[in-house]
Amino acid sequence: MKTPFPFSAIVGQDEMKHALMVAAVDPSVGGILVFGDRGTGKSTAVRALAALLPPISARPDCPYNSQKGDVVPGRDPDAKEPKAVKIPTPMVDLPLGATQDRLVGTLDLERALSTGEKRFEPGLLARANRGFLYIDEVNLLEDHLVDLLLDVAASGENVVEREGLSVRHPARFVLVGSGNPEEGELRPQLLDRFGLSVEIGSPETIDDRVEVIRRRDRFDRDPDGFLSDWMDEEEAAQKRIEAARKSVGKVDTPNAVIEAAARLCQALGSDGLRGELTLIRAARATAALDRRRKVKIEDLKRIAAPALRHRLRRDPLDETGSTARIERAIGEVLGS
Amino acid sequence: MIQPLDRWQLAVLGAAALAVDPAGLHGMTIRDRAGPVRDTLLDLVTKSLDRPVHRLPADASPAALGGGIDLGATLREGRQVTSQGLLDRATGALLIVPMAERLDSNIAAFIAGAYDWPDPPVLVLLDEGAEADEVPPRVLTERLSISVSLEGLSHRDAPMPDWGTTDIEAARRHLMTGIADGEAPETLARLAAAMGITSVRAPLLALRLTRVIAALEEADEIGESHIAAATALCLAPRAVMMPSIEDNTEDAPPPPPPDEDQDAEKAPDQQTQDGPMDDRVLEAVAAVLPDLHLAASRRGGSGGGGGAGQRKRSVTHGRPLVSRPGNPADRRLDVYASLVAAAPWQPVRRRTAPDREGLIVRPDDLRVLEFERPAESVLIFLVDASGSQAAARMAEAKGAVELMLSEAYRRREKVALIAFRGTSADLVLPPTRSLLQAKRRLAVLPGGGPTPLAAALVAGRALASQIRRGGATPYLIVLTDGRGNIALSGEPGRAEAADDQLRTARAIAAEGITAVLIDTANRPQADAKTLAAAMGAEYLPLPRADAHQINKLVRSSVAA
Repeated sequence: MKTPFPFSAIVGQDEMKHALMVAAVDPSVGGILVFGDRGTGKSTAVRALAALLPPISARPDCPYNSQKGDVVPGRDPDAKEPKAVKIPTPMVDLPLGATQDRLVGTLDLERALSTGEKRFEPGLLARANRGFLYIDEVNLLEDHLVDLLLDVAASGENVVEREGLSVRHPARFVLVGSGNPEEGELRPQLLDRFGLSVEIGSPETIDDRVEVIRRRDRFDRDPDGFLSDWMDEEEAAQKRIEAARKSVGKVDTPNAVIEAAARLCQALGSDGLRGELTLIRAARATAALDRRRKVKIEDLKRIAAPALRHRLRRDPLDETGSTARIERAIGEVLGS
Repeated sequence: MIQPLDRWQLAVLGAAALAVDPAGLHGMTIRDRAGPVRDTLLDLVTKSLDRPVHRLPADASPAALGGGIDLGATLREGRQVTSQGLLDRATGALLIVPMAERLDSNIAAFIAGAYDWPDPPVLVLLDEGAEADEVPPRVLTERLSISVSLEGLSHRDAPMPDWGTTDIEAARRHLMTGIADGEAPETLARLAAAMGITSVRAPLLALRLTRVIAALEEADEIGESHIAAATALCLAPRAVMMPSIEDNTEDAPPPPPPDEDQDAEKAPDQQTQDGPMDDRVLEAVAAVLPDLHLAASRRGGSGGGGGAGQRKRSVTHGRPLVSRPGNPADRRLDVYASLVAAAPWQPVRRRTAPDREGLIVRPDDLRVLEFERPAESVLIFLVDASGSQAAARMAEAKGAVELMLSEAYRRREKVALIAFRGTSADLVLPPTRSLLQAKRRLAVLPGGGPTPLAAALVAGRALASQIRRGGATPYLIVLTDGRGNIALSGEPGRAEAADDQLRTARAIAAEGITAVLIDTANRPQADAKTLAAAMGAEYLPLPRADAHQINKLVRSSVAA
């Protein structure tokens, strides 16, 4: 993989950057959907974030990047456990042409042919454990694969029952899907299962566009020099995420905030449990990123659009975009 | 005045630039049928790049591109042998994609993925599209900095240029010395915005291309002619709209000057110069590409190509359902699944047949693939945008299109819209599944004028046949009062028009295209009824057509 562009050097795109950081702080928020035109930096941001995250400690022989050795397949129970090593946060790309076998894992054919032994060969889901699974052009992915992915992402476990194999292994990852709305839409059932959804466009002012071009151009010509220029910002962002990860469990959510979240969801007609839960979790992570121990109504306001916009019932004849509807509801329910 | 280059000179310049900086420019799209002119350019690219050349086979699958199990070797050696994919072998090489306009969107996305890795292939897309919306997948063209069209050029217009490898090397060295950008980033960003290009990648690639073009002239600073050439090669082919030369500064206000002292001083007159500078560039571009405006308008928001499922055309392509035991004589053998089925039994079978070598496969190991046929349908709306009722009728038709698209993901459907008025019928919305694209395309629709119903039926029939060739099922939904008054010849005249209409309608019936005619006149019209009968279409009078009703009628009659 090419050296990723530094996360802090991305111009604008605040909503997307914030949503990605929220998911990094609390993966239980669920996956992220990034919708936007081509060339607006969707992949750049996702890869940048993965590079920014602190390394994890994992056993070198474990295909699932786990810390403990008991899930390593085919391990000799008497052998000495190798020491865990630091590895970068896994960032796995799901290529569009990937088969189900490649994704969930399959019979180890070599072993089966040579010794007749049935052994599991882990797939991409295993490699993504404890990291990110990125699907570019998620709206082009075959439906059955998307179903499978969302199911695993929700349960945190990959269960394989086929070809005479019976395997289950941990697969906890943040699912990030990106797509171009002009290529077609996702089914509402799928939309709802992503935790956050962000819409990005190209920078609105020429100044911003020029800045994007200049930074990217400089980076392409001299990646190392550019990275060292942004080292301080990158380190600060990394520390912020690390601190928020530690403190997010201790962040207090006042009843007033929970009620406000419920009222907001009700006003938008999206008062299923999933939306509300995501909203509160994301608000909590927002507070933690802000180094606070208590969620404020402001946190709800900040995260409401990405947490709810893809869950609204759509009336195609109503020209009002979902973002505008959410803003209106925020004004009515929470006051501006 | 910038001296404009002709199209061939421009293409040659593109080839030279690609040779100088292949890693930065990524590749080029060449739009032309196979022929001597294209061969000359391709020759030039191949020779000046001096890299191994790979051609993408027409039947390339993701497995062939990404590598996978080498079946022959696996069977021979009794262990799993994987082969390197074409993309791995093409690392740093020149990859030529013939018939790129027919490239499957999955394959395209797969190739595009290579640009996230070091040393991606230099890509040359050969676009042989005949129709305006037959274009290579955007996911690829988006990443390539150069796009040229050689359509209509004769080989007499296309002499082999006289530069050689030494010129290329000189330019490469000059590029390394550093070339002053001047105002190039701002100008290119403004031009891209004025052309309605949302991608930031486009001006970025254009900037690199501008530098390379300057390096070819061994210039120390980027000049207007370099920007003009890069705009013609990189930005103009992506234009969604063509800025009118006078008011483009309004669309894209010049940026406030950077906060350096000298710039602050000359800021006022710089503002007045920005416009003319952009204008001079645009004039130079328009001089080379006179049909630019046309290209931009027909390309609209998205450009075709690469849409999901667009090219699914047979039972052997589609979502694989399951592989199940079966006879490969009438289905496609799933080799991998068959191997998997046979593998665990090998030690046992070898014991019972010690003389046999290699893999022992029995008939009941064989697995065959079954595919779900994509039963995709395309609803083609033919909407009468003529006369006084045009605005209302168009608005309701547009509403119906959007309602249908909002249900389309459940139903594997696409919707297209042909509007007719004046003397022509225009494909306003090419078949799409995207609600967003429909909204963008249908935002502004003019109405009024005479009624070229016959031309509309011809256009609808042509689109329907094209869709059918693609393996999907077309439905025609005609919204009109049946009173056309422009004949196919383009001449006004009700009698002749009616003749042409009926003839086309019968042709539609003869081809067995399912059609519905929704009569939007205040009172049911005999003309409309006759036309519906000739077309073999269901006739539905609907005086005050509204979007929901149209949607319901279409649902109950065609797509049931």
